[in-house]
Amino acid sequence: MSSLSLQGLRRTYSATVAVDRVDLDMAQGELVALLGPSGCGKTTTLRMVAGFVLPSAGRVLIGGQDVSRAPPYARDTGMVFQGYALFPHMTVADNVGFGLEMRRVGRAERATRIAEALRLVRLDGLAERRPAQLSGGQQQRVALARALVVNPSVFLLDEPLSNLDARLRAEVRVEIRALQQRLGLTTLFVTHDQEEALTMADRLVVMDRGRVRQTGSPEELYERPDNLFVASFLGRCNIFRGTVERPGRLRAGTAALPCDGGAPGERSALVVRPERVAIVPGEAGEGGLPGRVGLVTYLGGLTDWHIDTPAGPVLVTRPTPAEGDALRRLSPGAPVRLDWTEAAGRLLADDEHTADKHRQGDPR
Amino acid sequence: MNIWDATFWRTLVWRGGVGAVFAVVLLPMVAVVWLSFFNQEIASFPPDGYTWRWYVNAWDQKQFARGFINSLQLAAIATVIGVTAGTAAAVALVRGRFPGRTALSGLLLGPLAVPGVVLGTGLYVFFVQIDNAIDFQIVATLPGLIAAHVLLTIPWTVRLVSASLLGVTASVEEAAANLGARPFTVFRRVTLPMMRAGVVAAALFSFIQSFENLELTLLLVGPGRSTLPVEMLNYLNFRVDPTLAAVAAVQIVLIGALMLITDRFVSLSKVVS
Ligand SMILES: Nc1ncnc2c1ncn2[C@@H]1O[C@H](COP(=O)(O)OP(=O)(O)O)[C@@H](O)[C@H]1O
Ligand SMILES: [Mg+2]
Repeated sequence: MSSLSLQGLRRTYSATVAVDRVDLDMAQGELVALLGPSGCGKTTTLRMVAGFVLPSAGRVLIGGQDVSRAPPYARDTGMVFQGYALFPHMTVADNVGFGLEMRRVGRAERATRIAEALRLVRLDGLAERRPAQLSGGQQQRVALARALVVNPSVFLLDEPLSNLDARLRAEVRVEIRALQQRLGLTTLFVTHDQEEALTMADRLVVMDRGRVRQTGSPEELYERPDNLFVASFLGRCNIFRGTVERPGRLRAGTAALPCDGGAPGERSALVVRPERVAIVPGEAGEGGLPGRVGLVTYLGGLTDWHIDTPAGPVLVTRPTPAEGDALRRLSPGAPVRLDWTEAAGRLLADDEHTADKHRQGDPR
Repeated sequence: MNIWDATFWRTLVWRGGVGAVFAVVLLPMVAVVWLSFFNQEIASFPPDGYTWRWYVNAWDQKQFARGFINSLQLAAIATVIGVTAGTAAAVALVRGRFPGRTALSGLLLGPLAVPGVVLGTGLYVFFVQIDNAIDFQIVATLPGLIAAHVLLTIPWTVRLVSASLLGVTASVEEAAANLGARPFTVFRRVTLPMMRAGVVAAALFSFIQSFENLELTLLLVGPGRSTLPVEMLNYLNFRVDPTLAAVAAVQIVLIGALMLITDRFVSLSKVVS
């Protein structure tokens, strides 16, 4: 039995379809990230789980029980809101204790559990403060403690890190993940930040315009995307359009590019991650894709080469070569040859709408 | 400071403007308090001496004490009813989604836009009509007067409570519901405490509105229930000495004290701005 199960979930607002046909089964203790661009329906989905939005169709099951029509207070979910939504007129301790009070937990046990929860988020000593007297990061941890302390069946987080500065964000990310694993909480996490999703989640659900485009582990989604949207939303990629010549070769203009299979004559898009492209200086050599060096961007540990080829611009990312390496000395205009293995070239259906927008783009 | 500098003049004009507004608001009050100590019976300038005797005289006029008690009772009852109903209305208007919401909101602020005499006359005619139709007396009864004063308190309450309710983000209420609170508990434990300042300010302004009202009361009051403003007008019919200034000065001090005490509990300036 799944801990949380969404079945054909749909929500419309007059003419707008905010969420459509969302299916998901979550195991106990799993952390799933809902990932997608702003407006794709992540928050609406989360709010349907919490009970603030009623589905137009489909079902929400928590621990096997259909709660689709149940009011929020009867659902046993613990939610961390985007703006934290702390009670400004209560102390930190009373904020954290509110859920326990609603569950009629006695005063003595309440005090113990509040103290325990505050220790868990490293806020012991601040119990008597008001939310307004805390920093953003501390408020965030109060919100976490308040939702955790009731030991909810499902833990829900809506972009919990978006109000924190970059340094704190990385820190809290690790902290939330550690807490979630320690307590074995079934967690649904909403974010538009792919890095956040990739580093924290057991599984990702990538959404686009209300629909799920692909569900899977971070590795599955990054290595074997089902469609161009997922490929270009997660990480950077090169996209080539053309016709399959024979299994393993895609004809794009004058170039024949390595790809993983394909049926001859098929119009397809080929996706290659920039770190899978090998770059060989010089004009000599057979096969692969000839080109000239454009912009070279030094990123410290990595270097980006923008190569102009007959099949269009190609981005190559590699560990920065050692001083004296032939690659290191490549300057704009130098001839090079690009190549990759057949397995590294993923053939996908050419769905027009996302492709060019994200081509080589960094969605962040 | 350089008088050729534009900021100098801007600051001067700004300070002067603020000062002028304060003067316009405060001068009449200062004048009334000053006048209440003038020695001569018909106020004239300059005073030929100062005295306490108008305060003593006011104390001796038993109708002022009676009127004061009546006003106090009336204002207290009207405030309790008006603030309760007005708060409920504000919650419905701000949080509710129903047809005619904007129209209703305008309607509830209506009494502010209608001159007191017009409102009073309208109510008088209305009450008489009811009286004729169902043979139930409302004109010149205490319930009738209370109903009229509740009308005065509603617009203030709706405005002030709505304003403070807009400051309570829906997600805070949702957080409470998410933690297991039923709707009424959410209201009692979260919404109400968060808009407390607005409710207290509404009660204060409602009370003052009702307490000092003359026009409505004059038209609807019954015998033996005259409020302080009505008694003051009556007194004016046969005497024009500074006694009224003394009564007014006492009122100014009492209302000022009430505002200061309230401000200690909730910051009024924050709610009203
Ligand atoms: N209460 C609402 N009324 C009308 N449209 C809404 C409402 N809530 C969300 N939407 C629409 O539904 C879509 C998905 O919104 P949302 O779930 O907030 O997206 P996300 O959280 O992924 O940014 C958007 O197009 C948004 O405009
Ligand atoms: Mg959102």
